[in-house]
Amino acid sequence: MRLDVVLRVVVKLLLPFILVFGFFVQFHGEISPGGGFQAGVIVGAGLILYAIMFGLDLAMRVVSVRAVEKLVCLGVLLYMGTGFAGMLLGGNFLDYNVLSYDPIKGQHLGIILIELGVLFTVAGTMVAIFYAFAGREK
Amino acid sequence: MEAFINMVLLTMMAASVVALVRMRNLFAVVILFSVYSFLMASVLVVLDAPDVAMTEAAVGSGVSTVLFLAALYLTKTEEAQPRHSPLLPMFVAVVVGAALVYGTYDMPPFGAADTPVNTHVGAQYPGRTPAEIDIPNVVSAVLASYRGFDTLGEVLVVFTAAIGVLLLLRRNKRRPGDASEEAGPDRAGMED
Repeated sequence: MRLDVVLRVVVKLLLPFILVFGFFVQFHGEISPGGGFQAGVIVGAGLILYAIMFGLDLAMRVVSVRAVEKLVCLGVLLYMGTGFAGMLLGGNFLDYNVLSYDPIKGQHLGIILIELGVLFTVAGTMVAIFYAFAGREK
Repeated sequence: MEAFINMVLLTMMAASVVALVRMRNLFAVVILFSVYSFLMASVLVVLDAPDVAMTEAAVGSGVSTVLFLAALYLTKTEEAQPRHSPLLPMFVAVVVGAALVYGTYDMPPFGAADTPVNTHVGAQYPGRTPAEIDIPNVVSAVLASYRGFDTLGEVLVVFTAAIGVLLLLRRNKRRPGDASEEAGPDRAGMED
């Protein structure tokens, strides 16, 4: 139990950094290595770490099972929605040039949107699979 | 220097695999899996692929270790004695491994400039990205924009994996009375 205290304190200290690093990898991805997938696994791993240390019930109060499952679907919808938005605005599927008045701005907007979609789906999937595994009883 | 680091890392990976095969305690096996993945992530950093290394470190040695441990909690921690002799599986593994190593002799040298990967569209992306997309990280530009459709496929694979695992493992908090209600809409759907 005494070891447990050390782990809890260390995890509490590390968690904000893990999550901020995850979002850094996401939103700095146009300059440094990384992107939606990497950010998604880092954020997902951070949430799983929280669930391991503080229990499944507390973690499910932070992010509920329903929220996680919706996140998985929301990511795919956001990605495909960006693709269809390009079609509606007169381009091809996943053509970002038409998303804004300026093709370069449109590319930036499209990349941000689809990377967000990737982040949602990947982070949601990691946590959802963990919940499904950890929620089973012997 | 790079070759030396690679050699040390690959030797440690080989050592951890040998230990993995000989180990009977499944808890130690899971931890060794994690060690192996972490070494793999280090190799990827040396190969200048930090994106892949991040994923390998987080998924390979982080999340999948947790999932293995969660599965281990549901079973015994000691591996059962094998019922068959290990000779046939070992023969198959050695033959397949030898065939794969033989295959590598036909591969171009690492990073060669005249391979299809480096002469086709791959060579154009670094030049076209500043004008067409204007972000410094060409890898992001390729993955998100030029190859956006492929990335959509990857996201759909992850999505499908999530749906599959949830359908198999999700805890159903169904009350006893709900069973008949649950069957109702299905039957109505079939009549349509």
